[in-house]
Amino acid sequence: MEYLYYPGCSLEGTALEYDMSTRALFEALGCTLTQITDWTCCGATAAHAMDALLAHVLPARNLALAEKMDLSLDILVPCSACYLNLKTVRQAVETDPDLLDRINQVLSEENLAVTGSLKVRHLLDVLCRDVDMADIAQASDNSMGGLVVAPYYGCQCLRPFTEFDDPEQPRSMDAMIQATGARVLKWDMGGACCGASSPATNPETGRVLVGRIVEQAAEAQAIVTVCPMCQMNLERFQPDPIPVLYLPQFLGLAMGLSPASVGCGLNLSDIRPFLTRAAL
Amino acid sequence: MALSDISEKLAALPEISHRVDQIKHLVDACIQCGTCSASCPNLDFMDMTPRRMWRYLLAGRVEKVFASQTFTLCSSCYVCTLRCPRGLPLTEAMAGLKQVAFALKLEQFRRSRLFYAAFMENIRQYGRVREMEMMTRYFLAVKNPLVPLGYASMGARLLKKNKLHPRLPSRGSGKLAHLFEQAHRQEH
Repeated sequence: MEYLYYPGCSLEGTALEYDMSTRALFEALGCTLTQITDWTCCGATAAHAMDALLAHVLPARNLALAEKMDLSLDILVPCSACYLNLKTVRQAVETDPDLLDRINQVLSEENLAVTGSLKVRHLLDVLCRDVDMADIAQASDNSMGGLVVAPYYGCQCLRPFTEFDDPEQPRSMDAMIQATGARVLKWDMGGACCGASSPATNPETGRVLVGRIVEQAAEAQAIVTVCPMCQMNLERFQPDPIPVLYLPQFLGLAMGLSPASVGCGLNLSDIRPFLTRAAL
Repeated sequence: MALSDISEKLAALPEISHRVDQIKHLVDACIQCGTCSASCPNLDFMDMTPRRMWRYLLAGRVEKVFASQTFTLCSSCYVCTLRCPRGLPLTEAMAGLKQVAFALKLEQFRRSRLFYAAFMENIRQYGRVREMEMMTRYFLAVKNPLVPLGYASMGARLLKKNKLHPRLPSRGSGKLAHLFEQAHRQEH
């Protein structure tokens, strides 16, 4: 399989290990990721709050660049916020020709145009629908047996687009965690909100929301995430340290990739207890 | 700011008033069932429930809406949007209210506005986020020495992991300046 890859800004900075582990995991799975040339920021939460048209133009620029590269591939996005922004614009231009026209007028400044012909897919969507769990199981050889893992999905890969999972009771990570031999923690907080960007200006919201989530994960040896914002908030606000890993880090380790190759030294939470338990 | 001042400010700015009408239109089928309030993870931090806020908006009491912090506490989790029995785009409406509050430069939302403004300037300039420059710009704009302190420990942890990259601010017109200008021309 081959995908056009949109890493997004976080994966160049605070979520460097998400980028490393995503690339390493997909290589191990025999998939090719081709980065979108000259990609720029999707606008994150800021554009929505500041400027309605730019909030569409910024993701559209990246869709237009991807369309120039290859019209037969899907776009793979690991960051949930980037995924939501890119997908929102992809869906909006399909039903709103007037908006499409306004976006393309702006993009014409760079001789770009978007049509909305490429599918935008979250990393989790690709993992749970395109990858054979038997491949993960075979490469893992039960390496995570005896461990309990809490799958944490957050919000924006599940909602508002209900593309590949139940938006309230998500389960798409279950099969891949089980494929490694680990047990999935049964809990209700998988799709609960970590506070997203609110704690950046209002830390109290992060402390309370993350507190509620982590409290229910006490039994787990690790929480796995699929979003840089979730990962950062869980690492920053958790009262009792529990290892928090990106899903591709966990799967990569299970499949025998080295801790260094999936960026294990870069997590802000102390993941050594997890590595010790997993005998890595 | 006195409530009447917000109404006066809005009355003097037809463009922004029009935006408020658009947002109102998004929620005008609200039946006041309160599912949004019951679903909101940030309810405990709000001074007014989302249900009540929508009611004030629909009743034309915009000064009440903007005197409240409720919409700025929306973390875009989309649970209310998912569950709303009328299928209303509530998260989108919340973002619209933020746009209006920031455009009005209301004092009580100054910090959030400056944070987002620093972010937008950052990507206008570089195309991608550079955290160090963004936060520096934010701290300079806020002009309150206590604000950077709140970020110091997180900043130190990120620096230690080599995740922040201090770079000299580059000059020039900006990577996405043309797009930003063209978008602004279209909107005004």
